Parts: sequence; C-alpha cells; structure tokens
Amino acid sequence: MTAVVLNCGYVPLVDCAPLVIAHELGFAAEQGLVLNLIQQPSWSALRDMLALGHLDAAQMLSPMPIAMSIGLGGLTASVDTLMVLSVNGTVFGVSNALASELDGLHFGDADALLRALAARGGKPLRVGVPFHHSMHRLLLRYWTSAAPHLSIEEVTIPPQRMTDAVADGRVDAFWVGEPWGSVAVQQDVARLMMTGRDVWQFAPEKVLAARQDWVAEHSDTARKLMRAVFQAAAWIDTPKNKPLAIEILARSEHLSMSPELIDPALTGHIVARQNHHPLQVERFLQFHKHAASFPWRSQAAWIAHHLGADPDGVELAKGTFRSDLYRQNLSGIDADMPGASEKVEGSLRFETAVASSRGHMILAPDAFFDGKTFDFTPKN
Amino acid sequence: MNEDLRILVVEPNRDRVCAIVDALNAAGWSDVKALAQISNLDRTVKDFAPDIVLIDLANPDRDTLEHITYATETTKRAVALFVDQTDDTLTKAALNAGVSAYVVDGLQMDRIKPVLETAIARFQIMRQMQSELNAAKQALEDRKTIDRAKGILMRQRGMSEDEAYNLLRKTAMSQGRKVINVAHALVTAADLLT
Repeated sequence: MTAVVLNCGYVPLVDCAPLVIAHELGFAAEQGLVLNLIQQPSWSALRDMLALGHLDAAQMLSPMPIAMSIGLGGLTASVDTLMVLSVNGTVFGVSNALASELDGLHFGDADALLRALAARGGKPLRVGVPFHHSMHRLLLRYWTSAAPHLSIEEVTIPPQRMTDAVADGRVDAFWVGEPWGSVAVQQDVARLMMTGRDVWQFAPEKVLAARQDWVAEHSDTARKLMRAVFQAAAWIDTPKNKPLAIEILARSEHLSMSPELIDPALTGHIVARQNHHPLQVERFLQFHKHAASFPWRSQAAWIAHHLGADPDGVELAKGTFRSDLYRQNLSGIDADMPGASEKVEGSLRFETAVASSRGHMILAPDAFFDGKTFDFTPKN
Repeated sequence: MNEDLRILVVEPNRDRVCAIVDALNAAGWSDVKALAQISNLDRTVKDFAPDIVLIDLANPDRDTLEHITYATETTKRAVALFVDQTDDTLTKAALNAGVSAYVVDGLQMDRIKPVLETAIARFQIMRQMQSELNAAKQALEDRKTIDRAKGILMRQRGMSEDEAYNLLRKTAMSQGRKVINVAHALVTAADLLT
C-alpha cells in the first residue's frame, strides 16, 4: 500500500493532542497515511491556507468552519467538520488586580462570578479572547448576556500573548485554551476563576475540518484521517495512558511544551492560583469519552445561532457537521454511534444513557449555566 | 498621484519595515505608517484609518487585526485580501511572499494591486536577504568548526593541514556524510575528552 501524504494544519495548543498522537503513535501510519502536521502562526493564517488549498485538513476552532461556510466575515469557503477534536478545555481568568476585588468566590461558580463582575460597575471589562470566531467568544457572550448592565470589551489576543496582555494591563480578564491559562498562573499574573464547562458543560471546542470539495474528491483519504484521529483520541482518553500521552506530547516537536504545562489539561488538575493546591475538574477536556468526537448537528446549529446566523444559515451549518461521514467512516473500528445525530442542547443535567449502535451509550451532561435548552429540530 | 491611499505596515523588524516603507514611498505612496508594537494596533487603526494594512502572514497578531475589522463600527469595513480571490496570481504571490493584506471594502482592485505588488516584491527581497545572511553566517560557522577539527588532527596525529583535511573528507565520503558533520563529531568528541 502506498502511503498517502496529508498536510494538516494545527495551532500548538494542548488540545491538538489527537493529531500529534495520531502521528507519533503510528495510528496514521497504520491507515497508510503520512500525517504531515504543519504548525500555523495564527487562526487566520490557518484558515487562509486551508481555503486556498495549501492544507488538506486542519484543526479549527469549532465556529470557524461554520462562519466560513455561511460567510460571516473573514474568508468564505465551504468547509466541513469531519469530527469534533475536543470538548471543553478552556479557562476564564482575571488579572491579579481584578482578583483582589473578587475574593470569596468559589472556583467554577459562573453565576456568582457574573454577579460580582456586574456589581463592580465602572469601565467596560476588557476580556481577551484568542479569535473572533471562537467558542471562547461565544461562551463569553452567552454568559455575560445574562448580565445586561455588564459592559464587555472583547480584545482579540493570540493565545501565546495572553499572559503578557494581562501582565501589561491591556486586558482585565481572558478566556483561553490550555496551556495559556496555566502559564498565566505560573507567572503569577492572573487567577483562574472558572472553566468553559462551567458555562456550557459539553461545548465542542476544536474540530477537524476540511474543504467540502476536498472531502468529496478524497473520500478515502478523509476516511483514513478520521479513523486515525478517532483511535488516537480514544487512546488519550484512556486514563492509564495519560502519563505516557503527556510524555509523548512534551517530547514531540509539534508542541514544544514542558510536561508540567500539558498535565493540567489532560488530567483536569487545574491550579487556579499560584501556590495553591490543584483543583480536580471533571471532564475538563475530552477527546473521546461520551461520544466527544461525534459532530452533533445540533452543536453546529447552536454555534451558528450564536454567531448571529439566520434560520437558513443555521440549517446550512447543521449540514457542515458531517455526522453522516462519521457514521460511515468509523464503522468497524469499535466506534459506538449514538442513535440520533441531533439532541436538545443543554437538556442533559446528569450522565444519561441513550440508544446507540451497540445498545446504549452514556452521554455526559451538556447543561448551560442558566439551565436554558436549545432545540433546533425543524418544527413540523 | 496615489497620495490618497493610506497604508499601514505592521512589522516588528526595523530593517524590514524601513525597506517596505521606502519601497512604497518610492512607488509614489507617501501616506505610509509603520507599526511595530501590536499593543497599539487597535488605536492606530482607528486613528490612522488606513485603506490597506500590510502584515506578515507569519505574524500571530493577524488575529488581532482581523478582530478589529469586525469591531469597526463604521461603514468602512476592512476585509482580508484573500476574500478577493478573483486575482489568483496575486493571491498566490502574496502567500508565497508571506504578506497578508487587509483592505478596506470598496477599494478598486486596480488601486490595491500596485501597492501589494510593491510590498510583495520587497518582502521577497527581504526574505532572500535574510536567507543569504543566514547562509553566510552558517558558512562562517562551518569553516571555524572544520578549522578546529583540522587543528585537532594536526596536533594529535602530527598531520599537515592538507593531510588533515583529506582525512576528514575521506571519512565523510566513506560514511556518506558531509565534511562539516564529521568535523563537528570530532570537535564534540575532543571537547568531551579534554
């Protein structure tokens, strides 16, 4: 079998782990795939490279392919989500100065934190987010819309510069993916207040994306890629593999990060404040368990709706989350499939058994902090 | 003739920025501003109100710039050049040269094109110069290493300079390696032993 070379773009964050593991542990090679991982300097650069054909596939922030497909600014192109690469994994932190005004709050109490921030009054709160079309920004918007008097100024800052931005006082708070939250704590410039899952318990964070025409023309390569990444994700999410996964990721040239910076995200041991004990955050970052990699069409709908798309845009977005391809391409490798491809987002408050191809599977809670639910199934 | 076009160049490298600004000035655009510090990007874009922003494709601050284009509340809204894919050659040239441009909506392509072509040409020259400089530095380093290796052989084995070099070359050839690699291995080993 001749190996197929596939150029895949990524941004060096902990949650690119499934791609790195697929490459390093040979899951890609087993599929006859040479997974050529190409680091990108920014999300806009990655997007352009994918749209213009310099990359075959890419890790993307989950709203990116949807924004591109609907044409919500940036570059318009039909880009599909083959699978979800990671669920959750982001943190919200505040500068030390702001933290001193917010004493007595429990970590992860999204409600109380919002009330405390709103009660401060005064100037708009400047919050750093890594990209405009990001789950970080959507969660920030969703969360703060519950406090209409709280004025937010969004500042886009590349994740690797977030720590400096907090230290320089350019932002009062930030919403960022690991390791950059932990870096800010280590450098003693910020305190983490909650994680992304305190606002939405099961938020699709990064996705594996490819151009629609590429997927159609290279269906076999797409299938190989999906199978390799699926197996890598399953491997990482197995608790006994975590120490080794951290070691491999730390040694990989693709991340160049110390194991101490990879550990919190993978184990959920989050240090919120310097010199404090780590907190154990359940489901801080998930790659595989609870059908984490399944591209629910309802997730796409939620994203499109909160990006400001009209009903047509929401329908279009649903079609870009290729649960059809996921079912088709991952058969025969021990992948359990949920019975449906849409769910009412936010309706699960506890772990819940649902029908699946093997009988039943356990879905993780997906509730929002305010208890709202979102049903995007057509009303007829 | 082109004085009405306002151009902002975002580039932290001083030499590069001078070269690009000079090239743009020479080509007839005098309303050019350079910015190295990204922390001022937001304010500069608002105050200076450029028609075109040029930024290195490899610069992570592109994402910040792109956000400003969403946040701008004027009717003038900047869009990435790559939105306009009508000119494939220009897009490819820009990508290859590593220049990325954000262009305020409503500008005619024929007005943008010469600015970009000037910038792209300058980016390519700068890149070329950088790689030549790196190559020259590397060659100098290599020569030093080979000289040290020759010196070691001359001292330890009583060889002449030519003999020492021939031995290095013979060893490299028989092992299918480069002379510099053999020299490097020898110098490292000698350092460990002394």
